[in-house]
Amino acid sequence: MTLRSYVVTRILLTIPAILLLLSMVFLIMRVLPGDPVALHFEKKATPEAMEAMRRTLGLDKPLLVQYFEYLTGIADINYFIKFGYPNLGKSMQDFSDVGEQIFAAFPATLELAIYSMLVAVGIGILLGVRSSQSYNSPLDHLIRGFGTVTYATPVFLLGMIFQLIFGVYLHWLPIGLRISPRVNPPVGLNIGGVRIATGLYTIDSLLEGNIFKFVESSKCLFLPSLTLGLILCGIFIRLTRTNMLETLRLDFITAAKARGLKKTTVVYGYELRNAFLPILTMMGMQFAILLGGAILTETTFSWPGIGRYIVDRINFRDYTAIQGAIVIFGLLITLVSLVVDILYAYLDPRIRL
Amino acid sequence: METKRSILARFLPRLTSLTQKGPSGWMVVVGAIIVLSLIIMTLISPWISPHDPIEINVGPLISPPSAQFPLGTNHLGQDMLSRILCGGSIMLQVALLSVFICFLIGVPLGLFSSYVGGFFDKVCSLVIDSIYAFPGLVIAIAIAAMLGPGAVNMALSIAVVYIPSYFRIVRSQVLSIKELSYVEAAQSIGARWYTILFRYILPNVVPSIVIVATVNFADAVLTAAGLTFIGLGVTKSIPDWGWDLVDGRALLTSGVWWVVTFPGIMIVLLALGFTLIGEGLSELLNPKLQR
Repeated sequence: MTLRSYVVTRILLTIPAILLLLSMVFLIMRVLPGDPVALHFEKKATPEAMEAMRRTLGLDKPLLVQYFEYLTGIADINYFIKFGYPNLGKSMQDFSDVGEQIFAAFPATLELAIYSMLVAVGIGILLGVRSSQSYNSPLDHLIRGFGTVTYATPVFLLGMIFQLIFGVYLHWLPIGLRISPRVNPPVGLNIGGVRIATGLYTIDSLLEGNIFKFVESSKCLFLPSLTLGLILCGIFIRLTRTNMLETLRLDFITAAKARGLKKTTVVYGYELRNAFLPILTMMGMQFAILLGGAILTETTFSWPGIGRYIVDRINFRDYTAIQGAIVIFGLLITLVSLVVDILYAYLDPRIRL
Repeated sequence: METKRSILARFLPRLTSLTQKGPSGWMVVVGAIIVLSLIIMTLISPWISPHDPIEINVGPLISPPSAQFPLGTNHLGQDMLSRILCGGSIMLQVALLSVFICFLIGVPLGLFSSYVGGFFDKVCSLVIDSIYAFPGLVIAIAIAAMLGPGAVNMALSIAVVYIPSYFRIVRSQVLSIKELSYVEAAQSIGARWYTILFRYILPNVVPSIVIVATVNFADAVLTAAGLTFIGLGVTKSIPDWGWDLVDGRALLTSGVWWVVTFPGIMIVLLALGFTLIGEGLSELLNPKLQR
């Protein structure tokens, strides 16, 4: 199979996966016992008001019709082109467009996810390599212990401890929000009326050429991404360690050492390179866990992302909004696993066989 | 009395032999000690608590740890030590119940699906894999939000997340075991399918299930704490480490560290205990991973 036909097959396989995902979300939110409208009002509204709400949101129609409308709504390309986000229905709380709200919150989550993943992989590889180099020594056990303890720590607890130490006691870093309320959010690059912005504050402030805003947004980003990254790094430590230990015994490493190459060249240029593919796959798999952790991290740090949006909407019992956010999470994960699979096939030709 | 002694006599050498197997054996022993002491602590808490854990104003509001209140008091003047002692009960119940549900659904489904094979297996695997790919916490949040508060509902929503782990491990093991000649022998002497499945195949899968279950325990504890943290907890009227963390978060900015730290340490200990057991066991049972 050539790379191109592999990519095409993989993309085609994504379609049933997405359909399954959407159906599952629908099943959970609409078919499971529990009436969203009754839950929303917490049984405090008159039957007429509840009926009116059902009619406005289309929840009075038969389930099959609802299912069909839900699917065609998300798949509505014209809507997507017109507004720039899929049609995810109206919020139960304020009847505004759920898609719009979620896509406004999306860059915050993306920024947190990118930097957390960098922290997790960076620390994971560094400690994993260190651990494999001193196999079975006290340092090795210490690093593995560190990985286990971070796995067992709730992400919000670590976040709160960091807030307490670095925010409340030391006053070094802010304990919430994406940028200080005294600073205007960065707007990105402006070339002849065309605005180039990513929505990621650290990148937009650089595009704008404003170092002050970059420092401000980095300060806000530091604790949340460190928290989430530390929680995720355990799995990368373990993976790097095992893979490094396996490569360590291979002939080409002995040959490289025999040729008198520098130790760092052998370790990072030869061993780590060989051990990197499983790490890449794990990055794809961890992305789902990262998004789950992002919900708790965003809540802890008042980070205005999708996770925080979900939690806010849970407090309002806004079921259409929760459903929309979950759909977006699912689509993101499908997309990431698609990209990782294609990247993997590109890097390792055996996959395409 | 006699039976009790013989159980202990049989159990102790096993424990000591575990510790002789190097770090993985120690991990299991230490993990088991942590988990057992936390369970015992929760069970006997009514008799050892210095104060009533839900009685308000037993001391001054938000007072730091002192001789009278070793772990301080919270914003309602409740004694933190008494709340810590019994605060694990809901979490333990939810974790236990969810592991039980997972076990009850995931294991038979995995056994059956891989043994029958064909279309049924394909559909099951497809659905299970798509749940598996999803962030566990997000599914749990969706289901818990739909079902409403309650220990059983929380356990159910966590169980849905972890059923795939059981299904996948059982399925992959059965796929290789059912090709073995002793299964073929059983089939040829006319053993019924359920006899083969539950009597001949299941015992060989049990070690892997035990590992999954211990890891599942740790995850269930963390998920339960997460659900409570975002406001989907069981009930605030029963002392719970998760709820104490939520209360502590509100007090954090005024520098109150004790309301957050102590319940936090308890949750970490509980999850760590199960993780240690799980990791230790998996290394003991799969020697290949040990290197």
